[in-house]
Amino acid sequence: MKGISLSGRETILQPATMPGTIVEKIFASHAVKGTPVIGEIVECKVDLLMMHEMLGDQVARIAREAGLENVWDSSKIVTILDHWIPAPSEKVAMIHQEYRRFVKRHGIKHDLGMTAGVCHVAVPDSGLVKPGMFIVGSDSHTTTYGALNCFSTGIGATDSTVVLAKGTNWFKVPETIRVDLVGRLPTLSTGKDVALQMLGQFGTEGLNYKSLEIGLKEPASLPMSGRFTIGNLGVEMGAKCVIFEPDKLLDAWLIEHVTSDYKTVYPDPGAAYERKLAIDLPRVEPLVAAPPSPSNVKPASELAGKEVDQVFIGSCTNGRLDDLQLAAKVLKNKKIHDRVRCIIIPASRAVYEGALKEGLIEQFVKAGAIVEYPTCGPCMGGHMGLLGPGEVCVSTSNRNFPGRMGAFDAEIYLASPATAMASAVHGKIIDPREA
Amino acid sequence: MADKTREWKVSFDGENKGIAWVMKDDVSTDDIIAGKFLEIRDLENLSAHVFERFENDFARKVKPGDVIIAGNNFGCGSSREQAPYLLKLLGIGAIFACSFARIFYRNAINIGLPAIVIDRKYYTSFKASDPVTYTFDPPAVTIVRSKMKYPLQPLPAFFTSILRAGGAIPLLKEELAKR
Repeated sequence: MKGISLSGRETILQPATMPGTIVEKIFASHAVKGTPVIGEIVECKVDLLMMHEMLGDQVARIAREAGLENVWDSSKIVTILDHWIPAPSEKVAMIHQEYRRFVKRHGIKHDLGMTAGVCHVAVPDSGLVKPGMFIVGSDSHTTTYGALNCFSTGIGATDSTVVLAKGTNWFKVPETIRVDLVGRLPTLSTGKDVALQMLGQFGTEGLNYKSLEIGLKEPASLPMSGRFTIGNLGVEMGAKCVIFEPDKLLDAWLIEHVTSDYKTVYPDPGAAYERKLAIDLPRVEPLVAAPPSPSNVKPASELAGKEVDQVFIGSCTNGRLDDLQLAAKVLKNKKIHDRVRCIIIPASRAVYEGALKEGLIEQFVKAGAIVEYPTCGPCMGGHMGLLGPGEVCVSTSNRNFPGRMGAFDAEIYLASPATAMASAVHGKIIDPREA
Repeated sequence: MADKTREWKVSFDGENKGIAWVMKDDVSTDDIIAGKFLEIRDLENLSAHVFERFENDFARKVKPGDVIIAGNNFGCGSSREQAPYLLKLLGIGAIFACSFARIFYRNAINIGLPAIVIDRKYYTSFKASDPVTYTFDPPAVTIVRSKMKYPLQPLPAFFTSILRAGGAIPLLKEELAKR
């Protein structure tokens, strides 16, 4: 059967198959052969491979061991240094050197280097991520990019090496759980609170191996920044990927960031879901995940009064410009509490520039906060604000596992930028609506 | 420490024996190896910090052939491949868990460390430091104390072939050499 595409070129239309969810349709268009069936393992073509410090730390060595001479396609690889920026030690500097040698030797076309920011903010902003793509990254939070209507998941160093060499890898076709977000969020409730509510509901493995497909009844109900946050935290529920259905807000974002062609992917009518549920956005309140698990979620009001030593606002979860704007709105002209060190890290150079232009950085610094250059930094226990024994931190990041940000017995409470900043000012955890 | 395992390899055809390290649900990759140590590039030095939060000197106490018997969602969290790699380096012969987090599972198979699902009703029979014997064909683990033998979930042939090859890299190496 022949058809005419929008560009006027003749295209071969596939025979009609079973109705599919978004992830099933993306798997079908990327399977090396055959029609993917849920639960089966299929070889898929990768459109984009993202690698960070893991390249210099492990992938370059594994690739040497495997005898890799040439990468499969130097234009389909994006590299970025973000975990430790700038290098806090000689050892990390060596990881960065190894990374640069690899990038140079293989002529990696899209090297964002060490000043672009945190991968999951800088990579989508670079315009390389497009709807319908099949993306893998050497980082578990690669699920973030699904906000842009693509399949995107995290893999390890060996899997990254296999993709580097072949441009394909094996994947199990996941089942889909559909969530519809209905209505609008109340003021001071954010995408982070929606994600935390879902974490409380699904638990840390409720979505294990599954695709989470999300639709919004009203595009304006959740900004793109909030969608990236939910995509980011999907992996904490075990999700293989989180994919948002396209809408007007996505279109507007793509027009601003993406210059080349793409085609958005909708689920087919009659697509089969393992489960379907709706979340009522007007009822989402400010939430906090208490240690030791991101699924240990409670209303912020229930934890109110807990004394805080450190607040961290940043990371691939909540270091976007909207997040800093919200933190600034909550801060107003108040000061950070004497007992609290408030560390703010814009998650990319563009976010940093935006915050500078809008006077947010000045506002934060004058209020007594510490503002750093974009890096993952303290989120994964790297540098720029680790915790001592018994210390309490409210963090806008993604994991509160014991020892994640320093001492094993330090307590990490995950919250939105609004709750985090309100707590930084108050010196204790507080519901931002009460501040 | 790590060097004691150089000569030891898990047997996929015969019987293996060791001690069971029994763990709870949601053991994260940060529990296995915390992010604050990851700048240590020498994997043998890094291995000294494995399970530091749970066990003083795990790296010295673990013996080749020992197994981890864990609850749900073993290996949740980061994509760091050092987590399964260090366990293998220290001599862990296999991990039997009620369920695995997906990236850890891929990484374990890819580096040749058997990660096999055990039914929760069997998992609860294991006590810390129980001597066990285990085989992969058929997949089963026996508690020496009670002589009780528990079946494990069979691995798809595709994963078994990666494990028998010693992981995905020896297979890739073969494939690249043919090009």
